[in-house]
Amino acid sequence: MTRELHLYEAIREAIDQCMQDDPSVYIFGLGVPDPKGIFGTTLGLQQKFGRDRVMDMPCAENAMTGVAIGSALVGLRPIITHQRVDFALLSMDQIVNQAAKWHYMFSGQKSVPLVIRMIIGRGWGQGPQHAQSLESWFAHIPGLKVVAPTTPYDAKGLLIASVRDNNPVIFFEHRWLHNISGDVPKESYTVPIGKGKIVLEGTDVTIVTFSYMVLESMKAAEFLKERGIHCEIIDLRTLRPLDTEIFLSSVQKTGRLVVVDNDWKTGGIGAEIVSTVVENNIQCLKEPPQRIGFPECPSPTSPALSVIYYPRAKDIVKVIMHVMRREISDSEIPSMHAGPLDIPDISFTGPF
Amino acid sequence: MTESSCELSPELLKKLLYEMLYIRLVEEEIAMVYPEQEMRCPVHLSIGQEAIAAGICAHLSPEDVVLSNHRSHGHYLAKGGSLRRMIAEIYGRKTGCCNGKSGSMHLIDLSQGFLGAVPIVGSCIPIATGVAFGTKLKKQDAITTVFFGDGTVEEGVFHESLNFASLKKLPIVFICENNFFSVYSPLSVRQPPGREICSLAKSHGIESFQGDGNNVLEVYQLMKTAIEIIRSGNGPVFLELKTYRWREHCGPDYDNNIGYRTEDEFNAWKKRCPIETFTDYLLSNKILDQQALQDMTREIMKIVEESFRFARESPFPGPEILMKDIYRS
Repeated sequence: MTRELHLYEAIREAIDQCMQDDPSVYIFGLGVPDPKGIFGTTLGLQQKFGRDRVMDMPCAENAMTGVAIGSALVGLRPIITHQRVDFALLSMDQIVNQAAKWHYMFSGQKSVPLVIRMIIGRGWGQGPQHAQSLESWFAHIPGLKVVAPTTPYDAKGLLIASVRDNNPVIFFEHRWLHNISGDVPKESYTVPIGKGKIVLEGTDVTIVTFSYMVLESMKAAEFLKERGIHCEIIDLRTLRPLDTEIFLSSVQKTGRLVVVDNDWKTGGIGAEIVSTVVENNIQCLKEPPQRIGFPECPSPTSPALSVIYYPRAKDIVKVIMHVMRREISDSEIPSMHAGPLDIPDISFTGPF
Repeated sequence: MTESSCELSPELLKKLLYEMLYIRLVEEEIAMVYPEQEMRCPVHLSIGQEAIAAGICAHLSPEDVVLSNHRSHGHYLAKGGSLRRMIAEIYGRKTGCCNGKSGSMHLIDLSQGFLGAVPIVGSCIPIATGVAFGTKLKKQDAITTVFFGDGTVEEGVFHESLNFASLKKLPIVFICENNFFSVYSPLSVRQPPGREICSLAKSHGIESFQGDGNNVLEVYQLMKTAIEIIRSGNGPVFLELKTYRWREHCGPDYDNNIGYRTEDEFNAWKKRCPIETFTDYLLSNKILDQQALQDMTREIMKIVEESFRFARESPFPGPEILMKDIYRS
């Protein structure tokens, strides 16, 4: 039985059900028991499960990640929450040197079943240190799994799968997806880690993307359909391990590849996608692959700057028209975004 | 030696000597064969610091957990870790405790509660704190002990961990082996003068003690006190134990002549050798005689030789090991 939930409610439900099903699961993070409940994702959990299992923490991301790892080594299953990816950088030693490697370097004797939720900030002038995603950093590391769901259905299913996985999983949540709605089953279920999804079938060009940029790609595809261009959109959902099969077979069909990244182009996930296609099946490409990513500068705060920083549907349309060798002028492409460009919708009133 | 040693049985006193001698003879064997270039990984030897490992681990059972750092051979052995698997690991063989994947700096023996050693300075501390946290949440009795050096207390994560351990009153003993050097850097260029390391832990609200890390009975008694405090629910406890590393930071050689420390300083510490001083004590109090000492040495050397032989005869890991165990299914 499904009903419509916001993505933040789907996340909350996933955590709730995981904690109900398995007493070894616990969650902590700065702000987890706060009245605002991490954008609604942890509301009411401390009242239900108590302070031991829904925990606030000292301002110590590095040590607390180590604490989570240590507790996982003796049988607990922690979920850490960072309100911004940027804050997690203080714990890179524990994530990369320890969590990712413990199972390998100790030859399988101990594993680290740890989930780290990292929220990607954007909008309302979050600025250079509150808006990074850096997913390619984490997707680079053997020993980590990295997921980035788009829909409420996938968010709940992937979070449950991540908690049940016996390895460290980095779980990216995009701030601009928290308020979107979608059908979510009431019961506990999983979405497999490592499998992408074709969210729109098409024959002319393959768009490979993930997270919030799936929404922008869908808007672009809607506009292009009216001009006779049929896009196939792949939502990767998992960034490590990458579902190479899904986009290789799509590009085999369409012959054209556009990657819409959620981060800087250089060394981003898009670079990995393009390389994989070129290495495996360059002959199928009718046109050079294209990557869309952020300009090579930190995320600016002023709305006047952030609107030219973040690529959106309009920019995706331009690139696809170019790949299709078709002309289009700027004025022909509508905004495809209601209201101010530095927020996803009018419900997003900031400040955080 | 302290008066309280008369409370300890001769068996225990001999066991303490045995453990220290065992560590010393293993480490000296490593130092001797290392120039053969078949042990192809960094080794950080425990020579000179044996009393700490022996005195602390004498209290611990296999259910109690120990974590350590790059200089972990002594802790691993005193906790009962398999010598064969340690030496095979250093030789990079398949029969090593990590199938040869990790070498000297990442020892593990779960059967004895040696949960792991990792060489990033400070990294084992929050992990050990988490083990204690998990143990407490699960209402188990195990005590967690973590070993680290004086340089570690300069890392931020040390303070973060002690703050949390103090907040949650965790059942963990933090052991700082202060050997005054961080590679070649003396304490004086790294920490302000007149501030004792144990005072850092005190300021986190943790019961802290300082002691002579070369006096195995003093170490033993301090750990006894630490465990009593923890069992009464008043953990954690911090012990700062002063000692001295005999060989170079990493590797088998002596390096008292390259300029960062003096031969005189080394000799002064050598006179305080934890094994020699304790042996003299046992001999003069007739708890041990020369014959027993020789028997003990011979017995240990037999074990050492057998383990080295086992390691050298073991196969290397095949290519199938390379991609194994990246993930747990």
